[in-house]
Amino acid sequence: MPTLTYRDALNQALREEMQRDPSVFLMGEEVGVYQGAYKVSRGLLEEFGAQRVVDTPIAELGFAGIGVGAAMAGLRPVIEFMTWNFALLALDQIVNAAAKMLYMSGGQLRMPIVFRGPNGAALQLSSQHSQAWESWLAHIPGLKVVAPATPADAKGLLKSAIRDNNPVIVLEGEMLYNLKGEVPEGEHLVPIGRADVKREGTDVTLICHSKTVSVALKAAEQLAEQNVSAEVVDLRSLRPLDETAILTSVAKTNRAVVVEEGWPHAGIGAQVVDIIQRDAFDQLDAPVQRVTQADVPMPYNKHLERAAKASPEKVAAAARRVLYLE
Amino acid sequence: MTAPSELQLTMLRRMLLIRRFEEKTAEAYALGKIGGFCHLYIGQEAVAVGCLSALREDDYAISSYREHGQALVRGIPPGVVMAELFGKATGCSKGKGGSMHLFDAGRRFMGGHGIVGGHIPLAAGIAFAVKYQGGDQVCVCFFGEAAVNIGAFHEALNMASVWKLPVIFLCENNRYGMGTAFERVAAVTDVVEHACSYDMAAEMVDGMNVLTVYDAARRAVERARKGGHPTLLEVRTYRYMGHSMSDPLHGVYRTKDEVEEQKKKDPITQLAEKLKEDKAIDQAALDAMDAEIHAEVDEAVKFADESPDPDLSELYTDVLAD
Repeated sequence: MPTLTYRDALNQALREEMQRDPSVFLMGEEVGVYQGAYKVSRGLLEEFGAQRVVDTPIAELGFAGIGVGAAMAGLRPVIEFMTWNFALLALDQIVNAAAKMLYMSGGQLRMPIVFRGPNGAALQLSSQHSQAWESWLAHIPGLKVVAPATPADAKGLLKSAIRDNNPVIVLEGEMLYNLKGEVPEGEHLVPIGRADVKREGTDVTLICHSKTVSVALKAAEQLAEQNVSAEVVDLRSLRPLDETAILTSVAKTNRAVVVEEGWPHAGIGAQVVDIIQRDAFDQLDAPVQRVTQADVPMPYNKHLERAAKASPEKVAAAARRVLYLE
Repeated sequence: MTAPSELQLTMLRRMLLIRRFEEKTAEAYALGKIGGFCHLYIGQEAVAVGCLSALREDDYAISSYREHGQALVRGIPPGVVMAELFGKATGCSKGKGGSMHLFDAGRRFMGGHGIVGGHIPLAAGIAFAVKYQGGDQVCVCFFGEAAVNIGAFHEALNMASVWKLPVIFLCENNRYGMGTAFERVAAVTDVVEHACSYDMAAEMVDGMNVLTVYDAARRAVERARKGGHPTLLEVRTYRYMGHSMSDPLHGVYRTKDEVEEQKKKDPITQLAEKLKEDKAIDQAALDAMDAEIHAEVDEAVKFADESPDPDLSELYTDVLAD
């Protein structure tokens, strides 16, 4: 199986889906001539032309809305945001238009559109460029939200998102674009709504997604040195959530830590904990712990930034707490 | 380019239908049969009728929440529109949209939308799809003058012009965004002037004269169909009623005299008088037309009244498509 970066896996998914279906087009800032701010769209303008790889002005609300309108008239737009921080300007179109169109039209207007781009903090970009938006987006009925952690999942989930007849939010990890991994060639579809056990274990479940999967896997290695066997469950999809996968793992380990890049208040972890307390209460041997970004805007200074982020050490410490080892 | 007299009669009938439909709507609202926000179109009939009469059936129209008139002119049966206002299962959006969200995708009526200005980019997107698919349809977007102060308006006009999209931005300037006079909140009060910023064709149109609206719309449609060039139309109109059913007729932001003065330019009276002068219709025929429309609207209310509410199981349908 070929090894690709996360970036090139996304590129392959876009290319394959654009080859497969002429109604798929890519629109966003710098996607064409510049080849993508993060080079995800490299080579697509040359292959598909300016009608299908559309450079836009810096007008997130406007071009997101143009995507929604194009989907109403039968196309399958892929709208790229340079980062999800900028997509905040387009939230009216995502939430008020795309997510509700099918419902408020009484089932008449499907909305096969993908909104994608990098999410979460990178390095020293300070407050406005270092945010994880999944809890905002996963809150909305009518949207699907995925957050792949590996190159293979990035390809498979983006392909599924483009073929889906609903608005799908694809949150790409800003720090994951250079991550390498094996990626199946051709028709590789990861179903939306299915979690994946990235490491098996028996003592504690680490529930994570996107960049925090690698954080949890490192924590699991540290825990293994202390003879703790951690299972790493990658949610992959945040709406719908794979409740069965969460409950199956917790039934096995009886202990859980939920890890995310976002802030703690009303975060994804809060939803996961709600599922566990409701449906696995009797199987728990300890209260569920959460590891999140510190509840502050992201600082610029690298020491402060490191202190704000979820880390393998913080995850391992939380795991030891649910095991009453510290 | 003037509309043939047969079409003028059709336009008269369409305007009367909207007027009588909206009068009935106000009545039904007062009786508690319609809930929520409900924005009437009385006074503005010439805008929807004049513009939409210049479209083909396969062209697209999209509107804000003051869209009962556009929905009727696009051909949604009055009973189906009224049933939607009543929240009934037989409504054009199955009772899930209500007054502000009338949809009929088959008739290419792409909705009433409730966020001021939010649907203007959608219109550009529909036009983008037409061009992408190699079609020659156009998309008309109705919005009020208050939407012109919103970023979505400017972003959409810019991209529509850069990409030469077949879209007609039709601003229904009825002077007031809710209770705020346009000149109190807009530095530029002639909306057409905004077209200069986007290198776009534009026309200012008398919205109380349906034939003038029709002619301007024809020119804009031709421009869009031939070369995919967008147009900004500023149609000067006036609403006789409050912003919504919750507001008094004239309120504190305008005088009763102003409203009465505007009614002297009533679009229906204007066209009826002209057609009488042209000998295309006489008073007896006009009365007969009105009576027929009254009956049609009564029938619409009866249909809505007798229609069932949506089944409770409908709560969870149409959230996601298969």
